[in-house]
Amino acid sequence: MYNSGKIIIGIIIFLGLITYPFWRNVGKAATPPKLEVGTQEKQCVEPTAFMKSSHMQLLDQWRDEVVRNKKRVYVSSTGKTYTMSLQNTCTKCHAKKSEFCDRCHNYVDVSPRCWDCHIAPVEQQQQAARGDK
Amino acid sequence: MDNTRRSFLKIAGLSVLGLGAKPVGEALAQGAQPKVEPFPNAKVGKRWAMVVDHKKCLKAKDGCKDCLIACHTVHNVPSFDNPKDAVKWIWLEPFEHAFPGQENKYIEEYIKVSLKGLKMVVLCNHCDNPACVRVCPVQATFRRDDGIVAMDYHRCIGCRFCMAACPYGARSLNWRDPRPFIKTELNREYPTRMRGVVEKCNFCAERLAKGQNPACVDACKEKALIFGDLEDANSEIRQVLRTNPTIQRKAHLGTRPEVYYIL
Repeated sequence: MYNSGKIIIGIIIFLGLITYPFWRNVGKAATPPKLEVGTQEKQCVEPTAFMKSSHMQLLDQWRDEVVRNKKRVYVSSTGKTYTMSLQNTCTKCHAKKSEFCDRCHNYVDVSPRCWDCHIAPVEQQQQAARGDK
Repeated sequence: MDNTRRSFLKIAGLSVLGLGAKPVGEALAQGAQPKVEPFPNAKVGKRWAMVVDHKKCLKAKDGCKDCLIACHTVHNVPSFDNPKDAVKWIWLEPFEHAFPGQENKYIEEYIKVSLKGLKMVVLCNHCDNPACVRVCPVQATFRRDDGIVAMDYHRCIGCRFCMAACPYGARSLNWRDPRPFIKTELNREYPTRMRGVVEKCNFCAERLAKGQNPACVDACKEKALIFGDLEDANSEIRQVLRTNPTIQRKAHLGTRPEVYYIL
């Protein structure tokens, strides 16, 4: 092989550069974003752990029940009743979309299309400017 | 040898039973399960329908558009300047467009003289045999058991088969993001639509669920729009249909439209 020395050194440098983000962060956990719930309410419609892991399934269920089955009230496992509505129930507590929904969705790199149609809650100007990506 | 096989089967059977018992036990052990139910004061009907009484429409002030404005405000319906882009839930149509094939010289004279050239109020007919539902490839549009032809905007892929199928022009595609074109005050309790989604009148399903009448019906000061349950023989709409001759739009097509007109 011609110029093997240069090539091998080049490959090593290249691999080093391209894997830099991995060994730079090895052993360190990425810091999850800090979410602003924006409410004094202690409990969401279901326990926090369930909401964290399964709010998307819950919202899908809500959508199907409201749109297809004419059911609009959700009686949660705690016995409380809620109107099944992203726009009229969820955002009443989670009133800071940019500091709650967006922060986590950006962190996990998902882009749900809820807000293409559903109207996001009004946030104060300053917060909106800061939170938008 | 026999004995060994016997005991093997016994143990195997018991193990399977044991495995099956676990999920059953878990299901029984769980406490209150979440439930869903309708609003307690929801309007319940078997066959919602509407009567448009144009004789009452006559009494309104000239160019009255109360029902149109109410509907389009409540549902955040955009208004595009180009008629090709128009999004319509309830709108006005000249007689010969609303009722093609039913016009003749004298009815034209009647419209011109007696009805003062009034335009017809038209909306989705919420057909009993809806062509749009048949053609939708993703079941985004469907007929509810109370007769309302509803849409699940989440599922619509914007193929516009329903627009081709609907003989009433009651469906509109959002060719572009409708949000900047909502000229009325935004109703923050109702969603908008997005680009590439078809939309239509929903007989105010969201208001019926709360026990209210459709927005257009409530907005009409002359009570020209009568909404009710056809299956309820004592309802106001049945009373109106009993005492007035009515016509439907393009009934010969077999869609069984459920909006009736008094001229």
